[in-house]
Amino acid sequence: MSIPGPAAPSGPAIETRGLTKTFGAQTAVGNLDLSVPAGSVFGFLGPNGSGKTTTIRMLLGLITASSGEASVLGREMPARLDSVLPRVGTLVEGPAFYPFLSGRANLARLDSADRHASPSTRKSRVQVALERVGLEAAARKKVKAYSLGMKQRLGLANALLQPRELLILDEPTNGLDPQGTREVRSLVQSLAAGGTTIFVSSHLLAEVEQICTHAAIMRNGSLVAQGTLGELRAGGRARATVLTPDAGAALAVLSHLGLVPDTGHPVPGPSGAQHLNAWLPEVAAPEPEEIVAALVSARVRVRGFSVDAESLENRFVELTGSGFNVAQ
Amino acid sequence: MSPNDPVPAPPGPKFRPSTGPLLRSELAIMFRRRRTWAMLLALAAIPVLIAIAVKLESKDNHGSGPAFLDRITQNGLFVVLTAMVLCVPVFLPLTVGVAAGDTIAGEANMGTLRYLLAAPAGRFRLLAVKYLGAAAFCAAATAAVVLAGTIVGLILFPVGPVPLLSGTTVNGWEAEGRILMVGAYVVLSLLGFAAIGLFISTLTDMPVGAMAATVVMAIASQVLGALPQLSWLHPWLFTHYWMGFADLLRDPIVWGSFGSNALLQLGYIAVFGALAYGRFATKDVLS
Repeated sequence: MSIPGPAAPSGPAIETRGLTKTFGAQTAVGNLDLSVPAGSVFGFLGPNGSGKTTTIRMLLGLITASSGEASVLGREMPARLDSVLPRVGTLVEGPAFYPFLSGRANLARLDSADRHASPSTRKSRVQVALERVGLEAAARKKVKAYSLGMKQRLGLANALLQPRELLILDEPTNGLDPQGTREVRSLVQSLAAGGTTIFVSSHLLAEVEQICTHAAIMRNGSLVAQGTLGELRAGGRARATVLTPDAGAALAVLSHLGLVPDTGHPVPGPSGAQHLNAWLPEVAAPEPEEIVAALVSARVRVRGFSVDAESLENRFVELTGSGFNVAQ
Repeated sequence: MSPNDPVPAPPGPKFRPSTGPLLRSELAIMFRRRRTWAMLLALAAIPVLIAIAVKLESKDNHGSGPAFLDRITQNGLFVVLTAMVLCVPVFLPLTVGVAAGDTIAGEANMGTLRYLLAAPAGRFRLLAVKYLGAAAFCAAATAAVVLAGTIVGLILFPVGPVPLLSGTTVNGWEAEGRILMVGAYVVLSLLGFAAIGLFISTLTDMPVGAMAATVVMAIASQVLGALPQLSWLHPWLFTHYWMGFADLLRDPIVWGSFGSNALLQLGYIAVFGALAYGRFATKDVLS
């Protein structure tokens, strides 16, 4: 199949510039500059209601952006929708099927909607997709008899009906049991190993941390961070924890060294000691051994000490502010 | 395929991209649904009920009841025509309203609309296929009445030369030909109405609402058509020629209402098809 026009550049698989969607007075997505490198497994993180699905709908041409631009696989969307979407597998806001048709008939139906999908290979492609998600045993059952997890698998099978260059998966493990979650994870990894770019949205950080190479974090419709997982972690601060009965003296020493004590919730330790937390300064942070030496020379009884990089989870909660609360 | 490979995966064996598979799939889904068969069976039951009622109660009641009713006992082919007199204003719009109102709103309600569009089905193509599906239902619904009426008429009543409305008599075969023409006329009459249903269906994600609104349109149009004060409006109502199929039973056939009806229905298809596309092409699919 030759597509007229210049060959798609091997740049980002998804790129948006100032992408914005407003519904009335409410801004669902504001001024989004997203860049998803080709070949990456890209986690699109954010609490519920932060604009993830709205962004995905704009990328697929289901809704029109209020302003800004988006390109998918190097082509402008939604103008080039017809040549782009056959190369993109999707799972948008949960699976949706005809309840009165079998799983197999549902896949054949959705495949027939793409006029570039060959009817002669349809049967075998449907079969391969069903096997890939472990649904061949239930393929003849009507979808209304499927569990949520089975529907989710069928949704993934629909995304895999053809070899795709990009998979856009919105909450792919929603409704799956731990075994199913693990299967989806290994499926994503094997597809990524085959060179498919995978864009997966989630509100579950652990999921993203396990399978993604890159991530972006959304908050209230805006992007608050994006990059490789390493870059996102590096953006966080380190925290020192001291276990000592001499809380007052220890805090004085830590402050003197430039650390910011986190007195929010002191955790009582054994035999009168306390866990004290303090954030290391972002520039010219003292080495951990220097902190211990300073504490000891101030006659602080140090019973335990550690410096930890901030977990991605803390970073996520810090960036999204609201944690897992639904954004307003 | 390497991640940097810009060339899309080559398709399998050569074939021409076509809308055929989607249309076939649309028809297969429609005629696989129990709801479709329930509606067709209900329509088929109408001529059967009429025929049985007339057979059981065949007293002399000339002139009363729906048109053609009093002729059934003389000729079974009048069962179809009597059934049409009842079905055209009420039962056909009811069932076609369900099929046409469901087209887009039904897919939106199930959530399958977003997957069809992401396939990508193409908005114009999907709308065209949906309209053809609704039109196929118009044909199937009319065929159900004609078929059931013909069969039950042949079984229960004598069939022979049929006196036409103009007084001349035609033989049974020609009469059946006329009845098929009546069927074609009724299908044509419903096409504009189906386009209205398609448009209403693009306005909402609730199929029941779209179906009800579509049926209400048919009722409203017939009510307006019954008010003599609005006679200037009557030629523009899509229901105006609905009962004009009787003209096909004259000798020679009066084609006037057939032609005017065809023109009117085409106009409705064009206007409401354009409105439906105008709405659907830019619609934010949030279902």
